[in-house]
Amino acid sequence: MSNNKSDKNTSYSIDGEILYLQNNLEVHEAGSLVKAILDELSGYSHQTLQINLDFLEEVDSTGVVAIQYIKHKLEEKDLKVYITGGSEAVRESLDTFSLKKGKPKKTAQKSSFFVTLGEEAHYIYSNFIKKFFELTADVFYWSFHDLFDHSARRRGESVNQAVLIGVNAVLIVGAMAFIIGMVLALQSASQLRNFGADVYIVDLTVLAMMGEMGPLITAILIAGRSGSSIAAEIATMKVTSELDALKTMGLNPVRFVVVPKLYGCLLTIPFLTILANVLGIAGGMLTAFLYLDITPEIFINRMEESLFFKDIVVSIIKSLVFGTLIVLTGSFYGFRVERGAEGVGKVTTLAVVLSLSLVIIADSIMGLVFY
Amino acid sequence: MPKEKIIEVRNLSTQLAGVDILNDISFSAYKGEVTVILGGSGSGKTTLLKTILSLYNAYKGDVRILGKPLFKLDEKELDDLYMQMGVFYQEGALLNSLTVGENVALPLDQHTNLPTELIENVVRMKLSLVNIDYAYDLFPSELSGGMLKRAAIARAIIMDPPILFCDEPGAGLDPVSLDQLDQLILNLKTQLGMSIVMVTHEVSSILRIANRIVFLSEGKLLFEGPFADALSSDIPEIEEFFKKGKWVASRQ
Repeated sequence: MSNNKSDKNTSYSIDGEILYLQNNLEVHEAGSLVKAILDELSGYSHQTLQINLDFLEEVDSTGVVAIQYIKHKLEEKDLKVYITGGSEAVRESLDTFSLKKGKPKKTAQKSSFFVTLGEEAHYIYSNFIKKFFELTADVFYWSFHDLFDHSARRRGESVNQAVLIGVNAVLIVGAMAFIIGMVLALQSASQLRNFGADVYIVDLTVLAMMGEMGPLITAILIAGRSGSSIAAEIATMKVTSELDALKTMGLNPVRFVVVPKLYGCLLTIPFLTILANVLGIAGGMLTAFLYLDITPEIFINRMEESLFFKDIVVSIIKSLVFGTLIVLTGSFYGFRVERGAEGVGKVTTLAVVLSLSLVIIADSIMGLVFY
Repeated sequence: MPKEKIIEVRNLSTQLAGVDILNDISFSAYKGEVTVILGGSGSGKTTLLKTILSLYNAYKGDVRILGKPLFKLDEKELDDLYMQMGVFYQEGALLNSLTVGENVALPLDQHTNLPTELIENVVRMKLSLVNIDYAYDLFPSELSGGMLKRAAIARAIIMDPPILFCDEPGAGLDPVSLDQLDQLILNLKTQLGMSIVMVTHEVSSILRIANRIVFLSEGKLLFEGPFADALSSDIPEIEEFFKKGKWVASRQ
């Protein structure tokens, strides 16, 4: 069998059991050369093949890997393949660019849909759900434990966190709640006026703010503001080995870092929610006065009839659940960080997305339970 | 009199994300000595240190520190063992939200019932031992690289641990600061009687302070023994390491 083909610079010829590579073998020619040689050798009937490099003038790194690839492919067909000859420069390139010996990477075998589904489900369970509940158990245990054991508490840290998470958010939560209360009442006012049911704007605003909007607005703002900062802070601590340092000083990172944040959040989020409720209702009251001529006096009288103590309690319970979810999610992702600064940004985003999702899911469940 | 073993590692293997990082490592570290774990980048030095500190899980092998089997300890026993160790991390790992004084005081504050004033005195003493007593009220972000490392050493030795672990203490330091740091580590060994296990590839440091060498290459143990034996070793990787390292040190 003999052949001689020329493809730009590179060419080859096959003479009996010898494959001669000629001229230059470089990155641009390697692909077509490999294909041509393997096609031509598909019907090769001998047991051995010698790849001779005597006529090869230059070879680059891709060319070396291409030669090895041809050898490997032919060996898969039970051929014995030898590389022979070559100038000093070519042999040097072969040495420099050869794939280092090691375990060949296993190519991923395609699994059936159900196997993949099962593996994914197992991965999500063992890496997310299980770990999240383990962290939750750890946080609850130490939060409860440290209520009675003051020795391990960092002095003033819970108050510091309360200021960071709660007090510093007063302005934004108050302003947003007031505006949303106004808009909520405004949207309803025109519809209610059509039916002559003006006074029901009070019931609508008050119940919507107390039951849903107040706790939800607060939680969304806290998740965006503090959930992200909790995740970023813990993630940065992990990246800079601060968590390892705590551990090797005999300090539990959950107890030392997460518990004060949970205390700080749970101390302040009910008050923020009450503030959001009050200012949201005040916003609604302003709209009712401006658009429907319902005076604040009438508004408050009507509110006394439509608002029950249970609504306030539910509002506070919701805020506590939301606060817990935000701290847990932020911490969970903070501890999961991998790969430095890029990972910190990634877990921060994920923490906000998951905490908002969990807050809305929890809100739906509590809505079903309480009403 | 035979030397007392403080750390005994037997057939230790570690995987990270399914990849073998350490393969069948065995060595011992002895009381009052500076044991240097060395090797090229990616040889598994830091992984070995973190496995000995139980920050990574080993899937095979046994580690005994001060006679206690590391992988069989419960959380409480492990915390007690941590009290016997000081750990110095490569980047210092000081908590950025606390001042240097608060950082160094942290272990005393959390693990002892010493009065605050006494804790402050101990902290100031340790800071002066590492020559940065003026940094008590500064935050880590206000310190230079060398000062940060000194502060981290002060925190690592605040409980007077019998063993000090250091992960590349000299990384990123200029030769003068590196020399001062080496001197500090030697002082800790002689004045406080500490046994030191150090990961480094700074040959100038190794020449100054090492008593014993553990040499890793691609996750495997190439050499374990006294420093003098390592210097005269005919293992090519070790020969090359010291030859090139000395050349770099001589150029500095």
